[in-house]
Amino acid sequence: MLFHAEPIEFTAQHGSGAPVWRGRAADGEDLLRFAISVHRHGGRIAALWGSDERQRSGGYCLQCVFGLDEGHAWLSLDLPADNPTYPDLTGIFPAANRMQRATRDMVGIFTVGGDQRPWLRHGAWPADWYPLRHDAGDATDFANAPSDYDFVKVAGEGTHEIPVGPIHAGIIEPGHFRFSVVGERVLRLEQRFGYQHKGVEQRFIGMDVATGARLVGRISGDSSCAYAWAYASAVEAACGIVPPPRALGLRALMLERERIANHLGDLGMLGNDAALSFGLIQFFRLKEDWVRLNARVFGHRFMMDRIVPGGVALDLDAPALRLIVEQCETIEHDVRELKSIYDEHAGLQDRFMTTGTIDADLARELSLTGMAARATGIILDARAHRQGYTPPPPYAVLGVRPATDERGDVAARAAVRFMEIFESLRLLRELAVGLAAGAVRTDIFPTAAGEGLGVVEGWRGEVLVGIALDAAGRIATAHAHDPSWQIWPALEHAVLKDIVPDFPLINKSFNLSYSGQDI
Amino acid sequence: MFKRILKTGILTEALPAATDGDEARRLHGEILRILGRALTIREVDAGSCNGCELEIHALNGPYYNIEGQGIKFVASPRHADMLLVTGPVTRNMENALRIAYDCTPDPKLVVAVGDCGCGSGEVGKLFRPNYATCGAVENVIPVDVFVPGCPPTPQALLQGILAAVNRQRG
Repeated sequence: MLFHAEPIEFTAQHGSGAPVWRGRAADGEDLLRFAISVHRHGGRIAALWGSDERQRSGGYCLQCVFGLDEGHAWLSLDLPADNPTYPDLTGIFPAANRMQRATRDMVGIFTVGGDQRPWLRHGAWPADWYPLRHDAGDATDFANAPSDYDFVKVAGEGTHEIPVGPIHAGIIEPGHFRFSVVGERVLRLEQRFGYQHKGVEQRFIGMDVATGARLVGRISGDSSCAYAWAYASAVEAACGIVPPPRALGLRALMLERERIANHLGDLGMLGNDAALSFGLIQFFRLKEDWVRLNARVFGHRFMMDRIVPGGVALDLDAPALRLIVEQCETIEHDVRELKSIYDEHAGLQDRFMTTGTIDADLARELSLTGMAARATGIILDARAHRQGYTPPPPYAVLGVRPATDERGDVAARAAVRFMEIFESLRLLRELAVGLAAGAVRTDIFPTAAGEGLGVVEGWRGEVLVGIALDAAGRIATAHAHDPSWQIWPALEHAVLKDIVPDFPLINKSFNLSYSGQDI
Repeated sequence: MFKRILKTGILTEALPAATDGDEARRLHGEILRILGRALTIREVDAGSCNGCELEIHALNGPYYNIEGQGIKFVASPRHADMLLVTGPVTRNMENALRIAYDCTPDPKLVVAVGDCGCGSGEVGKLFRPNYATCGAVENVIPVDVFVPGCPPTPQALLQGILAAVNRQRG
């Protein structure tokens, strides 16, 4: 299959997951041309990482995934060991910047020109040591020498810098925000992340796929189901396995329950950040009821370890499904009431409206997916049909209606969360009632090399997991991509017309993952 | 809005007679009896996956109502009696964690949260020390109480906080 008449041959990946096409670029020029063509046709960069392929090809490999109307195109470029460089994609896709820098830190392949600042390496290991190279070894005794970071400086009469983090005032993950301000007005925000970097990609190397499933679900705990499904999908594609239909239905049930749990929590936090603690208490009560039912029915409040390669780890009986459907009724009633209170609360709406605004053009330029993109009016949801794209089962028959709002501000992101709660409640009812009979798991014993890419619409946006298995069926490389990679830079733009005290509210309205991105 | 507040009532007392609710109520009583005063906690995420943070947030909800028991989360380690630390301490957070510990005035308590933060169980092994992480929180700063789990439930967190305070008194 060719895309846009570009001369790279792509083959369709088999399996029950989201549509993925696999291709190889002949050289850097080939990659660049394809990227330009994707951009011209309104596509996105979805993920970018590198791998050490010296045993296979004598060199390294750059892996790029692009988001197209039809699905995802996974393109690899082999790089010679003595010159592991590739063209800088930032001029076409600004979102490539941080991914390219992280890839350099991890594998030691790098762009010709462009931003060469380290991203994940803060000085805890030497500049010429690369953790994902096969000869890296188990190094735990490097000196920890935190390095300075080249923040862009803003100069002018009365400008100040406010450094925030990595430890923040609330209960939240670590990251650094460097504000340049004049008075309270934000002139510039530059982020520095990597504080959550746990070396997960190196941990995956050599793991069996079952243990890998436990690790992948703990990269971003609030998106455990999304990651586990993307991983399982990738492993199944690598092994040529299709899980039974009941398993796919149960996976969707869990994914939608995860989506609602996060939206309930966020709507509470948004109220709290605008000084409406009524909202916090009401939504946290609903969220607690929600996760307590998860514990009762799935055995875990956040359903960790329940989605596994081959299917799911447990079945739900009729009484359990009935409890789920009943809870959907009560939650829907409560959320509708709370929505009308939020909508009519003048103080709250005054804080929400026109705060933290981004527009659809910026969202497209930054390759945004998920809720943040939909809250600028872009209709993009991996669970929904669109021109040329059929969503994977079980979503194909459910007719998911993506929630959008053109305003692009905090109010829009709150509105999209409300809409998605109602839509997911509908999906849960349909899934519970229409669950196929039969097995919930296909046995999966990887014993040969293979590769696969899974894509799932997590609650923030598209979660991707790319897997390569070695000849013994163990993990050779596993790369998990969080949608927060693309959305964090959008936050730098969102604060520009606002004041510093609005930052917690704007940040919360996105609620991005630090750990998911830092890997 | 006010109608809804009245209709919702006080959830901390109105819990159904389930194990969840009973245990939380008992813990509340214990905390008040032993503490007899306020406790301030500074939460530090030193490398978690954000799962533990979800459960720590839940403590501020109406069922657990941690503030109603006189326990408050504070913005600065300088205001804190206790550090609640999650994650297998990334090397990128090692320095910040030590600074937060040093800034916390004595007498202070440290509670390590989660299987990765405690270095326990299968998950503790998944997140064993490597080039990017120091491993368990106790590898970096002294720890008074461990609250394992992945993530530990809000009840387990309350029990851990209580155990730390108990230890200090006893």
